[in-house]
Amino acid sequence: MQNRRSFLKAAVISASIAAMGGIASSAYAADTIKVGILHSLSGTMAISETALKETALMTIEEINAKGGVLGKKLEPVVVDPASDWPKFAEKARQLLSQDKVAVTFGCWTSVSRKSVLPVYKELNGLLFYPVQYEGEELEKNVFYTGAAPNQQAIPAVEYLMSKEGGSAKRFVLLGTDYVYPRTTNKILRAFLKSKGVAESDIMEEYTPFGHSDYQTIIAKIKKFAGEGKKTAVISTINGDSNVPFYKELGNAGLKAKDVPVVAFSVGEEELRGVDAKPLVGHLAAWNYFMSVKNPDNDKFIKMYRDWAKKAKLPKADTVVTNDPMEATYVGIHMWAQAVEKAKSTDTDKVIAAMGGQTFKAPSGFTLKMDETNHHLHKPVFIGEIKADGQFNVVWKTKGPIRAQPWSPYIPGNESKQKL
Amino acid sequence: MKRLIFILSLALGLGVGAVRADVAPEVLKGLASEDFDAKQGAVAALAEVGDADTARLLKALSDDAVAVAGDKLVIVAGDQVLDAANGKLLKPAPASPDSISLNNSLRQQVDGALAALRLLSTDKAERLAAAKALLADMGDGAALLPLFDKALKQEQDGEIKPILVQLQAQASLASPDAAARLQAVQTLGQSSSPAVKALLLPLIEKQGDTFAEPDEKVRLAAQTAIKAIDGRLVWSDMAGQVFTGLSLGSILLLAALGLAITYGVMGVINMAHGELLMVGAYSAYAMQALFRSRFPDFVDYYVVAAVPVAFFVAAAVGMLMERTVIRHLYGRPLETLLATWGLSLVLIQAARLLFGAQNVEVANPAWMSGGVQLAENLSLPWNRLVIVAFSGFVLLVVWLLMNKTRLGMFVRAVTQNRPMAGCVGVPTARIDTLAFGIGSGIAGLGGVALSQIANVGPDMGQGYIVDSFMVVVLGGVGQLAGAVWAALGLGVVTKFLEGWAGAVIAKILVLVFIIIFIQKRPQGLFALKGRFVD
Repeated sequence: MQNRRSFLKAAVISASIAAMGGIASSAYAADTIKVGILHSLSGTMAISETALKETALMTIEEINAKGGVLGKKLEPVVVDPASDWPKFAEKARQLLSQDKVAVTFGCWTSVSRKSVLPVYKELNGLLFYPVQYEGEELEKNVFYTGAAPNQQAIPAVEYLMSKEGGSAKRFVLLGTDYVYPRTTNKILRAFLKSKGVAESDIMEEYTPFGHSDYQTIIAKIKKFAGEGKKTAVISTINGDSNVPFYKELGNAGLKAKDVPVVAFSVGEEELRGVDAKPLVGHLAAWNYFMSVKNPDNDKFIKMYRDWAKKAKLPKADTVVTNDPMEATYVGIHMWAQAVEKAKSTDTDKVIAAMGGQTFKAPSGFTLKMDETNHHLHKPVFIGEIKADGQFNVVWKTKGPIRAQPWSPYIPGNESKQKL
Repeated sequence: MKRLIFILSLALGLGVGAVRADVAPEVLKGLASEDFDAKQGAVAALAEVGDADTARLLKALSDDAVAVAGDKLVIVAGDQVLDAANGKLLKPAPASPDSISLNNSLRQQVDGALAALRLLSTDKAERLAAAKALLADMGDGAALLPLFDKALKQEQDGEIKPILVQLQAQASLASPDAAARLQAVQTLGQSSSPAVKALLLPLIEKQGDTFAEPDEKVRLAAQTAIKAIDGRLVWSDMAGQVFTGLSLGSILLLAALGLAITYGVMGVINMAHGELLMVGAYSAYAMQALFRSRFPDFVDYYVVAAVPVAFFVAAAVGMLMERTVIRHLYGRPLETLLATWGLSLVLIQAARLLFGAQNVEVANPAWMSGGVQLAENLSLPWNRLVIVAFSGFVLLVVWLLMNKTRLGMFVRAVTQNRPMAGCVGVPTARIDTLAFGIGSGIAGLGGVALSQIANVGPDMGQGYIVDSFMVVVLGGVGQLAGAVWAALGLGVVTKFLEGWAGAVIAKILVLVFIIIFIQKRPQGLFALKGRFVD
């Protein structure tokens, strides 16, 4: 009984504090525009998402230094959903109904995005999602600044099949067991079939989250590769598991020139935790690499390095930039431009102003937000891992390509191209 | 490319190309180009020439040492910068050369061309390396047949000759003469390499109504050869699977052995056990950092130094935990569980504060990288072999400690009958602390082993706590031997299930099996006999 009473008391107190907070913040709302940042700062995804929070804060500071948006300063509201998918929805609701943010930048895994979607639809909020994903989704309240499958997965497989990429004929689809890899592999399987690859030349394998013993899988890949024809591995392994996977790959003597592995979730940040020497030559496909050479990228890298020093991030002297960070940076700038154009932070007006916005991105291309489908037109780069954990771009598209969130390789999607 | 190497081999055969001027400028331009076809053409042209200048340039390309400086192509060798065209030292060295990088197919082409150039070298080691390199990534290599014929005629060395014979047979598979093909297939039937099998498979494949291989005799021979190779591969496959199982088992054992003492023998449900593994792994990381900065010459031996350090650091943390928290909770398992779970959170957060939330890099030392090739399709990674041996060593030490020392005897006495042990003068409180310290120290040793194969990060321990309890409960609480059998058994069974049903299903099946097993036999594999019940 004692426990229940004290729990009630605590609940009442916290509710009243929250209400007071709500009142207090609305009193100041006139001076600033609130911007929500919804990234996991603890738990398993903290490794990847912390850098996105830092990028968002840096970009907001950059915009504020230039006078803000509509003459008002941006005020970041950072919350921590702690890699807990239901908590994402809870925190999103708090951002929208309590803090009254004009826009939210956040989420990494597809499951967290799926979890906050109903909240943004119900409260008519605005979410910018900065990570490559599996497509098969198009929501009015979301702008996708990462890649759709045709801006990452499909070009990567086409490269592997080309003479330049080694003319692969057999494919291993290897992934972590959740929605993103499953859907991506469904699309890739349909794509490979349309290119005349036989069912027996495709092997699909999944591992649980956090899997760390890849011996059996590497042995299977070796066996599969030994049955004739050039084999390539397409990896949608996510998070920590990549480190033991690549270690095992190096030790088992599976060289990139024999069986290349192309990864969709491995970037500069993930390779910071690995000795990259045995991995030289394995591939990754992204829309941005830190090693891309152009003045905008130099500026972006320098800005982030300075930010890391100023914010006293751990190991600030070795920070790297990566694709989702660039997508966050581009997304915030585009949102600011759209707000200026709409002369309002009202969700519907900003959504109407977003279509057709352009921004000169660190990837060296001027990216455009599509007029209808809420995705960016992005260039595609394919990079080979170098010994220092950076990527050497070996192939790229001539210019940005338009996203196809509904993959044409999945039957029944033909009629779904627009909102 | 094949045709060009063919020309190269002819050129070698005629002994042409000894003295030459600089590398042609259009070749250098091709190398510096962004276009794949231009680069490929340039490399092929280099291979065609095959003199000392181009060989050096190919070598430099393969080492990623070629760069563009202004309008010149240069080779960067340490502080020196050489002109790529003629190998002369450039003074002053051009500023900020922009390195040329190859992709996988170009690298393969360069390595192939280099190997072909070296196959006729006078140095035996160089010839052997070249032959091996060609065997590894030549493909059918039909165009190189004349080169192999010539090399085989010259070759006297017993080690290189069989490789050349195989290379020659592989190259002859595409020969227009059916008798030559038949002989090649028969030669290749002696091999036990999956790569050779991959070469033979297309011969028996049907393309529409006709076979790819027109001659029936050759087809039959190929079928026999493939069957023979398969027969040899089955055994090494099986051996490989057993080894992966043992390796997983040894890791489970290292993770669980410490718990077998603290939980199994002392009865403390230590939810912070995983974090003690983490402490051990971070000790390895710290030693690596120390060696890198202080003793860079001995950096490969940081793991050896990390073993005692990890043991004592983890033991100290464990003893501190025991003295401050666990001691006051003996006999209250629920509170112990909650308190140690809290401790685990404290340790995780401490690691985050000290080392950052990101995973840290712990590299395998050179002597633990790579693997030993037992058969063509069976190579055992050194790091796993070392860990299997290490777990055996730790097991031996623990067994000796528990059964042959006075301390071990005290520990057993206290766990079996605490008041009686106290009565005969065993300092029970101190024994508790020491036993807990030993269990924790062994967890630290497990952490060093884990740092060599898995991620090192603040949360790493969480992934092992369930597995560790699984091993101890399955093996029978209070039994070291039980833990050993349970760990190795679980390892091998998991790996066979994984090979058969995939990692996700295997994990589920193992958990289901343990639930059923514990219901039928709650005391585990090995039960303590006698009246002692905790």
